[in-house]
Amino acid sequence: MRSGGVLSSNPEMTVIPVPKANFTGALGDRLASVLIRGSAFLAILSLILIFVFIGKEALPILTSPEIQKEASLSTLFLPHPAKPGARTEYTWQPVSEVPKYSILPLFVGTLKVTIIAVLFAIPLAVAAALYTSEFAHPWVREVVKPAIELLAGIPSVVIGFFCLMVLAAWLHNAFGWTYRLNAITAGLGLSLAVIPIVYTVAEDAFSSVPQAFREGSLAMGASSWQTAWRVVLPAAMPGVLAACVLGFGRAIGETMIVLMASGNAAVLSLSPTDSIRTFSATIAAELGEVVVGSAHYHVLFFLGASLFILTFVLNLFGHWWVGRLQKKLQGAS
Amino acid sequence: MKARVWAVLGGLIFALPSISGCGGGSGTGAKAVTVKGSDTMVILGQRWAETYMTEHPGTRVQVTGGGSGTGIAALINGGTDICEASRPMKDKEKEQVRSRHGKDVKEIPVALDGVAVYVNESSPIQALSEPQIKGIYTGKITNWRDVGGADQRIVAYSRENNSGTYVFFKEHVLGNEDFAREIQTLPGTAAVANAVAKDPASIGYGGIAYATGIRAIAVRRDETSEAVHPSLQTVRSGQYPLSRSLFFYTIGEPDGEVKTFIDWVLGAEGQKICEAVGYYPLIRK
Repeated sequence: MRSGGVLSSNPEMTVIPVPKANFTGALGDRLASVLIRGSAFLAILSLILIFVFIGKEALPILTSPEIQKEASLSTLFLPHPAKPGARTEYTWQPVSEVPKYSILPLFVGTLKVTIIAVLFAIPLAVAAALYTSEFAHPWVREVVKPAIELLAGIPSVVIGFFCLMVLAAWLHNAFGWTYRLNAITAGLGLSLAVIPIVYTVAEDAFSSVPQAFREGSLAMGASSWQTAWRVVLPAAMPGVLAACVLGFGRAIGETMIVLMASGNAAVLSLSPTDSIRTFSATIAAELGEVVVGSAHYHVLFFLGASLFILTFVLNLFGHWWVGRLQKKLQGAS
Repeated sequence: MKARVWAVLGGLIFALPSISGCGGGSGTGAKAVTVKGSDTMVILGQRWAETYMTEHPGTRVQVTGGGSGTGIAALINGGTDICEASRPMKDKEKEQVRSRHGKDVKEIPVALDGVAVYVNESSPIQALSEPQIKGIYTGKITNWRDVGGADQRIVAYSRENNSGTYVFFKEHVLGNEDFAREIQTLPGTAAVANAVAKDPASIGYGGIAYATGIRAIAVRRDETSEAVHPSLQTVRSGQYPLSRSLFFYTIGEPDGEVKTFIDWVLGAEGQKICEAVGYYPLIRK
């Protein structure tokens, strides 16, 4: 409402060029810039507040002796016997006589499904982007580009449902895996959500490579394939990398698809045909029922905080790498 | 701009009485009853609401699912008038209601349900004993060969741990032992039923009302007793081992619209709908 008032004062300034109006206009400009800057800081502030909130709820795992009796860092990361005397193992079993909160199976599961999704999505999306920006007829491009971008608009629960009903059955019939819902099924479903993001950003990166690069390369006698592969792709590499990092971040945090298509069994194994349980799906499935303030509650927030830090570090690393590449490219040209 | 602000303000002014009406349960304007809870009961609740609303056009009954735990949490937080639950409320939860609202929670059984154990239609398994089902879900039995089937690994599906069916199954069948780690959990009985329908080597459990397209097997209490199929007679008589009551919970004695609705549900018409949906009407004494 307030920003609306400021915006509507701007046209007045341009229409009536009297000094007084100019003065209020300058004031309006200043106000607008303050507001815009404010909203940018508001975004950062809310991000910090979210993290503080999650961190505060996760903290008792590290500080409260009461909670630590049930869940401490050692219960989260080290193996424990299911019963006294039994061999030690990594188990996630929070609703139990003796709750077990080993997050290692969840961590391995999250990483497994994310890597499968990314391995599948990135080559496909980057190749598609290269094709539409370098080789496709303009009319093909006009059809393909919005079609892939539209994929991003499909709600993830719909993709999840599709995986559960259709994709899982196809893969199960084709390969005969023991578990119908497994890391590969969920990973393929996830890649459907990742492809449009990687594609869109990579396509922008290819399109923003100066036309002169292509003309130069073609004038030197390179084929259009050589131009695309050896000139356009390297020149657009920082953008493509940024696309990959964004895609990875989307895959690791995506909830609904993995909740529906992965089977959600917290098994510690590296096999991609075993069922997996991810951080995000665990939070989604269990937070609704949990008693506020219990150890289980704080562990779930700990999972959230870990996920937050993981994506943050990943983005930071991606940013640094992109920056380095950019510098290298500029130095070379 | 201004018009929009006024519209919003106007909307708020009109919305306020209905919000406070919901909370107090004695609203004069809009008559709305909110029902929230068990996913098992959501179909039943919606059918009740639809029929009730056609007969009482002045009242709006809103039914949502989410799981018994979610419904109970909503009742405690004052987010719903009636909580549907497929398990009895725990003492700790009743205590939370008492300390939060100063009133005891009122438990009203509204229907009977059996938890069915499903297998794929093509499976040769006709009956399992409770110890066998327990063995499968605790990971001691992993091959169908051991319970009279083909030499094939058992793929067992369960509900997520926010479901009343999960808690019922864990307490009654597993004797409160842990589920094995390999057990796959799915959000919602429909997802479990669907997964079992697609995989010949699988087993799952859930409400009997969902058992279409898959086969509910007969259950023996132990190895020597007779195998009993889930049905109206066996659930009502208590012969079927895996049966339970379904509940409504309210804060204190229900009054006003909420009471009228609950009385109607417990009456002849409401109970007839139970049967139509696939649950069992209460035993009339």
